[in-house]
Amino acid sequence: MSTLHTVNKSPFATRDLQSCLDHCRDGDAVLMIEDGVYGALAGTAVSDAVSARAGALKIYVLTPDVNARGLPEARLSDVVTGVDYDGFVDLVTSHDRTQAWL
Amino acid sequence: MSYQVNGHTIEHDEEGYITNLSDWSKELADEIAKTENIEMNDEHWEVVNFLREYYDEYQIAPAVRVLIKAIKKSMGPDKGNNKYMYELFPYGPAKQACKIAGLPKPTGCV
Amino acid sequence: MSDIKKFLYVNRRAPYGTIYALESLEVVLIGAAFDQDVSLAFLDDGVFQLTKGQNTDGIGVKNFSPTFRALGDYEVTKFYVERESLAERGLTEADLQEITYEDEDDDWAEKPSIRVVGRDEMAAIMADQDVVLSF
Repeated sequence: MSTLHTVNKSPFATRDLQSCLDHCRDGDAVLMIEDGVYGALAGTAVSDAVSARAGALKIYVLTPDVNARGLPEARLSDVVTGVDYDGFVDLVTSHDRTQAWL
Repeated sequence: MSYQVNGHTIEHDEEGYITNLSDWSKELADEIAKTENIEMNDEHWEVVNFLREYYDEYQIAPAVRVLIKAIKKSMGPDKGNNKYMYELFPYGPAKQACKIAGLPKPTGCV
Repeated sequence: MSDIKKFLYVNRRAPYGTIYALESLEVVLIGAAFDQDVSLAFLDDGVFQLTKGQNTDGIGVKNFSPTFRALGDYEVTKFYVERESLAERGLTEADLQEITYEDEDDDWAEKPSIRVVGRDEMAAIMADQDVVLSF
């Protein structure tokens, strides 16, 4: 029984990503979409918080949203896995529920 | 779209619910009831007054089953039942009584 | 009865700055027509929705905080409020309005609807749902 959490706000503008990470349970997945993809960057004020949970959680980022914002792949944290839209759908169907951190 | 009461014009929406809740008066209630083919008697007034008090306390027009349950609690099972309430307000106790009471349409009512 | 699902409405926004809080309440009221096992969660700024003494006369919008007290009539009786979110905002349970319901299975005894829970318990409640609706 696990949950897919989606985060769509920049972690530098809101606490949504932090609150999400605080409420995830081991085995859950977090998918960063829209402005949430900035949370996937390495070497930022929030990257340690993301890395700290990466062992217990799966962390994904939606690649089309990354590309749209011109974030180079080399700048993404290596604890984050990129997925496309089909991958997004697979994540939804392979978890028991989806919870949006709007 | 409006009701006319004592020379005043009171706006309502396309379903007959008044637009500005503070426009309500007993005379207006009688007028709205007429358009619903209801002749207001003490039993009707009891429900309408109950709804106005409920709205005043909770800021909400209750759904029909909630209204009937609340009436039952307040006035007893002889009144707090579907048959009694639909005899008073044949087209839906919440819908019609709320309209007459000058409240918005109950949330979730289509 | 097996069709009954567990629905959690997650409220994380303060009441009047955006429409989210009011929309959530409206969906709860509409959804209550369907026999489901409904819980509400209040965390982050969502805890501000339940504070006492709200008065919107000066801002021209409806004060919907009294409507939370009607939810017991709609059989919505579980309000989970996160303790850490309260503390971060300098609030305690005493700052929240009293919300009660009458327990049909216990001779209509009046009981509190608000249950203050820790973050771990909140995470467990979220993980125990069939459907999570976020506002």
